[in-house]
Amino acid sequence: MNKILWKILVILGLAAPFIVYPVFMMKLLCFALFASAFNLLLGYAGLLSFGHAAFFGGASYVTGYLVKNSGLTPELGILGGTLFAALLGYLVGSLAIRRQGIYFAMVTLALAQIVYFIALKAPFTGGEDGLQGIPRGRLFGMLDLGQIYSIGGSPVALNLYYFIFALFCLGFWIIYRTINSPFGQVLKAIRENEPRAVSLGYKVERFKLMAFVISAALAGMAGSMKSLVFQLASLTDVSWHTSGEVVLMTLLGGVGTVLGPLVGAFTVVTLQSELSSVGSWITVIIGVTFVVCVLLFRRGFVGELGRLLKKSL
Amino acid sequence: MELSFQMVMSQVMLGLNNGVFYAILSLGLAVIFGLLNIVNFAHGALYMLGAYVALLGFTSLGPLIGMPDFHLNYWAALIVAPLVVGAVGIVIEKTMLSRLYKFDHLYGLLLTFGLALIIQGVFTNFFNVSGDPYDAKPEILGGAVNLGFMMFPKYRLWVIVISLLVCFGTWFVIERTKLGSYLRAGTENPELVKAFGVNVPLMITLTYGYGVALAAFAGVLAAPIYSVSPVMGSEMIITVFAVVVIGGMGSIMGSIVTGLLLGMVEGFTKVVYAPASSTVIFLIMVLVLLVKPAGLFGRES
Repeated sequence: MNKILWKILVILGLAAPFIVYPVFMMKLLCFALFASAFNLLLGYAGLLSFGHAAFFGGASYVTGYLVKNSGLTPELGILGGTLFAALLGYLVGSLAIRRQGIYFAMVTLALAQIVYFIALKAPFTGGEDGLQGIPRGRLFGMLDLGQIYSIGGSPVALNLYYFIFALFCLGFWIIYRTINSPFGQVLKAIRENEPRAVSLGYKVERFKLMAFVISAALAGMAGSMKSLVFQLASLTDVSWHTSGEVVLMTLLGGVGTVLGPLVGAFTVVTLQSELSSVGSWITVIIGVTFVVCVLLFRRGFVGELGRLLKKSL
Repeated sequence: MELSFQMVMSQVMLGLNNGVFYAILSLGLAVIFGLLNIVNFAHGALYMLGAYVALLGFTSLGPLIGMPDFHLNYWAALIVAPLVVGAVGIVIEKTMLSRLYKFDHLYGLLLTFGLALIIQGVFTNFFNVSGDPYDAKPEILGGAVNLGFMMFPKYRLWVIVISLLVCFGTWFVIERTKLGSYLRAGTENPELVKAFGVNVPLMITLTYGYGVALAAFAGVLAAPIYSVSPVMGSEMIITVFAVVVIGGMGSIMGSIVTGLLLGMVEGFTKVVYAPASSTVIFLIMVLVLLVKPAGLFGRES
């Protein structure tokens, strides 16, 4: 991947709160990380999880609870949420990898539904209301993340933005390193031809599970970040709609491309905020996008662009 | 809490009532999966569509065609709704699904997921999410019958009987007739069946149409029991997916039996420990994955 492109992206990220609406930007970063984590699993290990909302939403509840009710600092809250998602990923993953293909998707969906029921019924999740008014707190007990600066006359939580941006970069870097490591190569080998990978002596199950746990943990980190940005953990975050949305983001941007999930997340988050006036028609629009994408450009934006440029993006 | 025989039996019977819905829906999924290799995510949405065809046929069709006194009655709806939804299914298969057979099967799942969102989204915009009642239950099915150990609503008994007939009828056609043997052969080796001069693409189209027509039939049966709402399908489909994972989609009889049993287990759980009743099917799925990953009636390929 082109180093100049990365530098431009980082500079854009640093300058973003001065250019675009920062809450939009932070939402985008959360979902871009979520989609990238999902893509690690679908695009590189070939496993379609239809239950990733369980990790995203589950971690956002845990972080919300730790920060709000236990009074932990935000970085510990996010660490807690991420660890929870990793553990949950281990449990769900060990069960789901027992089945392949379509069954894998159905098993993850059904297991995520258990998490949804827990979020709905458990005494510490706030039921239908979710956890509201989660404080942003002080980073390492010192830096106030809720601090508001005035930029061009509008209030911006600049500290929070850079904290979220740093976490996004960390998460994305981990995914990038994983994809380009020997481990990532083995994943691709499994995706292309599982029996061949087995016959080469790789413990396929172990690799799949590891990929699942990494993906779940980073999806959880994205969810934890989201609960600090919106100060809210809600049932929507653990519902199957969210699982579907992350599939769409990845598919739209390009499955198995590094930049695809970022482009896909940008497209879907922009669609949602631009079309917020049409209310529930947004579900129909998302559905139509799904159908069009599956029928007409299965490679997604970045995948199709890569094909035109004859380059792997 | 005292567990009386009557209490257990009444919940198990109500559970069986849910179970026949699981059975019809997972049977439809299994039939479609057998030939198309696609898990039809839109199954729940088409079940909901069937219920709405019945509801709108009763309340709105008459005024719409200029005959305010015309109401599509329940018996007619039982036939019309599956036909309408079956036709919708045929259009879906012809225009969209048929383009995807040469690609990874997961695309079929994604496409039908998109369709489910579209159908559910459209109905959410026009109808109340909390549901509308369907008041066209025929008088003959009103009241209750004495089963000896309990009084059971006549309508629910009718639903159980007719669903079992439809399920076993479908099983009979597939496993015991010539038409069914084509279908089973098509599942095993479509190329070879084609070579024998059977029109396999047509068979695939009709199979999808029949599978979703079954879902619509279940939708009409469900309409007088539950209120008709845009989300009735999405709540159902995830549970049915778990049922399908437990049973395995390889066997027609397997999917019917699993659906019935799980409905009864769910009903039984309501008596023993009510809070677990909404998750018990998922927990059984976990157990089955641990013990027999291929599913109770499944073959691991």
